[in-house]
Amino acid sequence: MSLLELSGVEKRFGGIAAIQGVSFRVEPKQIFGLIGPNGAGKTTLFNVVTGVYRPEAGRVTFDGRDVTGKNPAAIAEAGLGRTFQNIRLFRAMSVEQNVMVAGQHLHRSGLFDALLRTRRFADDENRLRRRAHELLELMGLRELSAELAQSLPYGSQRRLEIARALMLEPQLLLLDEPAAGMNSQEARDLERQLRFLRDQLGLSLILVEHNVSLVMSVCDHIHVVDRGRTIAEGVPDEIKTHPRVLSAYLGEDSGDSGETER
Amino acid sequence: MLDSTPTEPSLASSAELPPSSTPPSSPPPNEPGPREPRPTLRLLVSAGLVVILWGLGFLIESQLIEYVQRILLLCGVNIVLAVGLNLINGTTGQFSIGHAGFMAVGAYTAAYLGVHLAPALEAALGAGVGTDALVLNLALLGGALLAGFAGLLIGMPSLRLRGDYLAVVTLGFGEIIRILFTNAEFLGSATGYFGDSLAGLRAYSSFFWVYLWVLLVVVGIRNLTFSQTGRSLVAIREDEIAAESIAAPSTRLKVQAFVISAATAGIAGGLFAHMQAGIRPEDFRFEKSIDMLVMIIVGGLGSISGAIIGGVFVAVTLELMRDLAQYRLVVYALLLIIVMIGRPKGLLGSRELSELWRRAPGKTPEPVRGGKS
Repeated sequence: MSLLELSGVEKRFGGIAAIQGVSFRVEPKQIFGLIGPNGAGKTTLFNVVTGVYRPEAGRVTFDGRDVTGKNPAAIAEAGLGRTFQNIRLFRAMSVEQNVMVAGQHLHRSGLFDALLRTRRFADDENRLRRRAHELLELMGLRELSAELAQSLPYGSQRRLEIARALMLEPQLLLLDEPAAGMNSQEARDLERQLRFLRDQLGLSLILVEHNVSLVMSVCDHIHVVDRGRTIAEGVPDEIKTHPRVLSAYLGEDSGDSGETER
Repeated sequence: MLDSTPTEPSLASSAELPPSSTPPSSPPPNEPGPREPRPTLRLLVSAGLVVILWGLGFLIESQLIEYVQRILLLCGVNIVLAVGLNLINGTTGQFSIGHAGFMAVGAYTAAYLGVHLAPALEAALGAGVGTDALVLNLALLGGALLAGFAGLLIGMPSLRLRGDYLAVVTLGFGEIIRILFTNAEFLGSATGYFGDSLAGLRAYSSFFWVYLWVLLVVVGIRNLTFSQTGRSLVAIREDEIAAESIAAPSTRLKVQAFVISAATAGIAGGLFAHMQAGIRPEDFRFEKSIDMLVMIIVGGLGSISGAIIGGVFVAVTLELMRDLAQYRLVVYALLLIIVMIGRPKGLLGSRELSELWRRAPGKTPEPVRGGKS
């Protein structure tokens, strides 16, 4: 069974059809690349999947359950983590706290435990902190755990977003341009980290990314959209030579695909 | 999580971490974890505090003139108000500018309950210190409950939305409540409520009780703020969309914080009502809400110690400027402008006093919870 399935998803903003009947499946333990020129609707698709937008038509099924139109918190709780294209960290919180805050499901104590500072509360806090440090270690951020999130360099902020999403213990992680703003060394590290997530943690990933070499080397399957429609789908080698992909990217029809991303 | 997780990812087996450009950290930063709870010690400390408060109250009531006593009590009421308001305005970042309304609900409820419970309880238990304490605390709890309920009614619709709707709604609420009380015959209308029995509204709020409630509220809100719930509230303030992406139920959390904040204002109102022999609707005008905002802004939004300092600051300055009459507000505004120029984030910013204490070299600071600039 597919982990995530989109069928015939459509999303309009006023008169603009941002997504027009896109369907795809993401399998367990798959790195799924979602690419396309600027303005193709990739981020809109992310927002539909994560419940930020409600689609006008179509269905989103996650792990066998229909999650179309559910609210973002419910979808996150179902096991779907995400990062944002324009980094959204809790800037005034420390790195460690940024991760810990996503560990709600590891918390067993209630309000009264917190008010009375019971042993259960202390155990919860320690478990959360340990787990957060494991994830920070994984993303190479451990020594920064006491820093404020806003003081981190750009690449580290992106990795922190991933660590925070991992704290949810998701089955599927949606990464919106994780390599943006990273230098080539950082991008190579990221590639290793993504493989680790798939191979060791058994996660599926959906990757929106403009770094073509990263996408081609790390993705198991690639889905190409342009102007809200699917134009190609397949393994990286097929995509590299696909005529419609080439024309969309290189603009053989001299189209005006240079609109800004939503 | 889902009920069926086929491949439960476990990091326990992550001995082989992927190589990373940053070398593995040297010693892990030793963040101070929550201390092991020691129930007996805690009980002893609490009992000690109660005894100290009792002694202090006795000393103050026998040694200080009434005027100074009154200011001390006002400081206590203000601390409760400020710490409660800070939870929603500072920590959660949702602006309420009509908190005087919740204070009024608490004050009138507590006053009414105080007047009507006293004879009944005295008939049943006999008059005495114990009965007085029971009346006061039942009245306070009643006030907190009703104020909290009002908070729920106001918060549920207006906190579903992102943005400044709460400010507009609470502004209106504060005025509506005041006008309701101005026109409520059984609560004394515009002249105020002084109790309708012979005994009248009694001044139960002694130093001991006011500061016991100050302690309860401050410790309670501190413990709440430095917990998973508090972290989620700060996360909502920092970025609500991101908070939802990590499964924080933002509406529910915001409403919870708002209800707690309103109930706290209700307690402050109850203490205030029982400090003097009567309350009037104009005690809870819009300026009162502004005073409360001044308390938390001067002290530093998002800081509990800042709210305490701000509460005391406002009580003392208002009292010192009493002779200025209506020019008080002008001086007040000037003071605020000076503070904002000198320390734009308030006296403490969003830090706690304990963090400043702890900033000795070689120690990692407590996780800073930051404030909205």
